[in-house]
Amino acid sequence: MSQQTPLHATHVAAGARMVDFAGWDMPVNYGSQIEEHHAVRRDAGMFDVSHMLALDLEGADAKAFLRGLIANDVAKLVEPGKAIYSCMLNEQGGVIDDLIVYFLSDTTYRIVVNAGTADKDLAWMRQRLAATGTVATLTARRDLAMIAVQGPNARNKTWAAIPGAEAASTALKVFQAAAFGDIFIARTGYTGEDGFELTLPAEQAASTWAALSAAGVKPCGLGARDTLRLEAGMALYGNDMDETVSPLDAGLAWTVDFKDENRDFVGKAALVANGSRQQALGLILEDKGILRSHQKVFTAQGEGETSSGSFSPTLERSIALARLPLGVAAGDAVEVDIRGKRLKARVVKAPFVRNGKALV
Amino acid sequence: MSTPNDLRYTASHEWIRVEADGTLTIGITDHAQEALGDVVFLELPEAGRVVAKEEAIAVIESVKAASDIYAPVAGEILEANQAAVDAPESVNADAYAAWLFKLKPANAADVDGLLDAAGYQAAIG
Repeated sequence: MSQQTPLHATHVAAGARMVDFAGWDMPVNYGSQIEEHHAVRRDAGMFDVSHMLALDLEGADAKAFLRGLIANDVAKLVEPGKAIYSCMLNEQGGVIDDLIVYFLSDTTYRIVVNAGTADKDLAWMRQRLAATGTVATLTARRDLAMIAVQGPNARNKTWAAIPGAEAASTALKVFQAAAFGDIFIARTGYTGEDGFELTLPAEQAASTWAALSAAGVKPCGLGARDTLRLEAGMALYGNDMDETVSPLDAGLAWTVDFKDENRDFVGKAALVANGSRQQALGLILEDKGILRSHQKVFTAQGEGETSSGSFSPTLERSIALARLPLGVAAGDAVEVDIRGKRLKARVVKAPFVRNGKALV
Repeated sequence: MSTPNDLRYTASHEWIRVEADGTLTIGITDHAQEALGDVVFLELPEAGRVVAKEEAIAVIESVKAASDIYAPVAGEILEANQAAVDAPESVNADAYAAWLFKLKPANAADVDGLLDAAGYQAAIG
């Protein structure tokens, strides 16, 4: 039996096409995925992301614990509400999950993890808490719902929908959050557009969703969320990296912080020993067809593989993220095996699209 | 979701119209296009190709995924619909107007083995 978010009945009533996603019954679209995609690039759309899990970490040792747990360094977070994106690694340097950590105080952090990995993450974190003798409590907040409002008009429409929210969130920088009553407003997202991710009590989810809809925010499914993040060049856990892939090979070196030589974190030794063995780049298909994950890529430097691929509604052609041999560069012509045919593609640097504009 | 009574169907979601000259016009059902979502690419068989019953002979790709399309009966491909290739979204707009290919059956009686509208509706529950 699939799990349901607090907005499940809302999606069903709206006629959404529901599919199983990581054990959750989620809307994949409400009609046309491409129209939902364009709504986010051009105006404002919203996604139910309540299947993701918020975790609250509180205690005297919280900061030291996180500095050892994840590859990015929470020590750089000093302004309340500021957040970082990071990978959480295993000892081999593979990615257990990617997550966002919000700094609330030196002893209080909120962590948001993926739905499909939530149970595994929680078990790993609890094991690390015990192994390190950390004085901190970790609380899974399944009592909360999450709504991502994204697009060039997302902030204005959110402010129109939620009276009083503007004053609390107008000064937020990108990757910063603030509390507004029961609502945690974060200027984050997974689309390459401006906007907010709202974390709020489950019982307020349906009324907030309705208010956003009344303010002209278009309900969007996970289908559009995937094409938006792909155009934005953002990695998807399970596709672009997993426990067997190093962040240094998955285009996520920018999230690994080696600056403090005295800081050890799980997986650091393996990353240092292995270095970068592959690189993540974008592909644009020149021939007709659609790129998908796990297709072979033939380059002058050897073979690589696509990790995510789809049709880009903004570019109106197919794009992919791929892990390719070192030495391959943007502009290179490569070939991709699609159902036994070798089709021509061009290597580009991701992102493909940001803030409504094509970059490739 | 519509399932016209004057067409025949397969359990793999093709519709088949038997033309006056006995040739078959084939597409995918409204149910199938809705399940696929926005269609963005079609790879159709070339005229003259001889195909076996239930052979995968075409590919339809939506934003979400790629799916095979099967020959409902054995025969020879007469024509593929280039207009559908040029505008894949026409399959979403009207799945029964956007035919994909025409086929001359090897044996006209094979058509009798296909589902009727009621049979297809029962098959998709």
